[in-house]
Amino acid sequence: MNWEALITTLKLALATSAILMLIALPLSYWVAFSKWRWKFLVEAVVALPLVLPPTVLGFYVLIALGPQSPLGSFGLPFTFGGLVLASVLYSLPFAVQPIAAAFGAVERKYIEASWMLGVSNLETFFRVIVPQSRAGVVTGFVLSFAHTLGEFGVVLMVGGDIPGVTRTLSIDIYDQVQSLNYSSAAITSAVLLIISFMILSIVYALNRKVWFFAADRRHREAV
Amino acid sequence: MLLIADIEKQFKGLRVEAGLRIPPGSSTTILFGPSGAGKTTVLRCIAGLEKLSAGRIIFDGQDWASVPPQKRPIGYLFQDYALFPHLRVRDNIGYAARRSPGTVKQVASMLKVDDLLDRWPSELSGGQQQRVALARVLARKPRLLLLDEPLSALDAATRDHVRSELVQLLRTLGIPAIVVTHDWVDALTLGDQMVVMSGGRVLQAGPPQEVFTRPQHPEVATAAGVETVVTGRIRWREGGVALLDVGSAQLATADPGGQEVDFYVCIRGEDVTLEKGRAEQSSARNHLRGTVSGIAVAGVLTKVIIDVGFELVALVTRQAATDLGLVKGAEIFAVFKASAVHLIPNARI
Repeated sequence: MNWEALITTLKLALATSAILMLIALPLSYWVAFSKWRWKFLVEAVVALPLVLPPTVLGFYVLIALGPQSPLGSFGLPFTFGGLVLASVLYSLPFAVQPIAAAFGAVERKYIEASWMLGVSNLETFFRVIVPQSRAGVVTGFVLSFAHTLGEFGVVLMVGGDIPGVTRTLSIDIYDQVQSLNYSSAAITSAVLLIISFMILSIVYALNRKVWFFAADRRHREAV
Repeated sequence: MLLIADIEKQFKGLRVEAGLRIPPGSSTTILFGPSGAGKTTVLRCIAGLEKLSAGRIIFDGQDWASVPPQKRPIGYLFQDYALFPHLRVRDNIGYAARRSPGTVKQVASMLKVDDLLDRWPSELSGGQQQRVALARVLARKPRLLLLDEPLSALDAATRDHVRSELVQLLRTLGIPAIVVTHDWVDALTLGDQMVVMSGGRVLQAGPPQEVFTRPQHPEVATAAGVETVVTGRIRWREGGVALLDVGSAQLATADPGGQEVDFYVCIRGEDVTLEKGRAEQSSARNHLRGTVSGIAVAGVLTKVIIDVGFELVALVTRQAATDLGLVKGAEIFAVFKASAVHLIPNARI
């Protein structure tokens, strides 16, 4: 078991999903509420990582971060920072889609009630829309975390497999198998499997409202 | 005028056009009409939740064309109250006045919801939800109240009780209110003025009693569904029956209970039977002798106005009108049961 790779992986997943929250909350708000006619184009771009081979995404990120590009001066290729950037792009739909769906499901009357009580759009966002979308926001966070854990192609393209910096669990497993170290690969794989299963269980439990949101549940039962 | 609203709003299928004038001080204006009449649209335009296609809204001399809903000093009560399900009653009421716990306390005690503050909205009855929603609206210290069907979410038993509380409240507050309703009892009970809408247009405006008794449009009459609205005073009550003076006539009705003596007396035209002579025995308590003072065709029915000491309207079939030989000046008995008389407390005396 490569503990260094596990820590790198968790660090990457945490950094990625934290940054994604900052991007996904406003972006999801826009996706959920904008009436711009070309909005579907933005939605398609956000969803691209779902269908694009990770190597394609990784390739473009690598080019974008390379010395020829405006971002080249930051020296991001084959660094942890570059890896985070690529992961954020790669996991974007996993954060935006559940959050935008939850925002869109907030009933219009609550937003209007907030306005009619003199509360600004921004404050309404934090006091009505986000609290009523808790399950969606948590799902977005957890899914992007889990998705980053399982990343392989993008990490390989942009990160470059540097131990302790950019070597994640999935790459470690690949390396182990390449060197015919099957027993080590089996343990690491099992660890990744268990972590992923636990995280997805949390997501589904949240959406079934097994633990939280007692108030919501009471509300739903009463209606 | 506190509010001058000339509203034109083009929707997909409907064009809503209405003009409203609201004077300062405690007055309640009823926006009355069937669903789809455009009443709620008018309210939402005034609130700023819908943009006008044309027209203007002037509040206290200020043009509201570019004033966002947040900046309009309006208390808007939503039809199903829209209490935030993720906040307790305390935080719902304090939503607008977050930094002023004193205000929360004050409005909570005014609406008698002090003991509900720690509950969730889902734990409240319909009547309680309505009071909490009103408290939340008042905590904002509005200068104009817009109430969208404030009683329609309640069951019949609760509605009567909450309606009389609402009358009291609106009189105490001294804030003008616009109340949307399709219930004529609401209109008579709450309204000082009334605007009847149908199909996006204003059909008639005036004091509710006048609108109901003198509908200038067949649609108003249909919407109202009650042809006779007169004022009456209870002379005595005994054994569940009350005797009322109405004009120069006397009516027997079911005793409405309570202490009030002044009422609007409402009788639907369909409930009035016309007879040539006085029946020997009948279960109907009211037999009033009168003369026909007017006859008009009302769809498949004939509307007969009889002077029985007050103006009573009966709706009969054309055949019946012919058989009875009804002409202007003819003498006739008007018969209706005590239970056909609806009494609505008249607080404006």
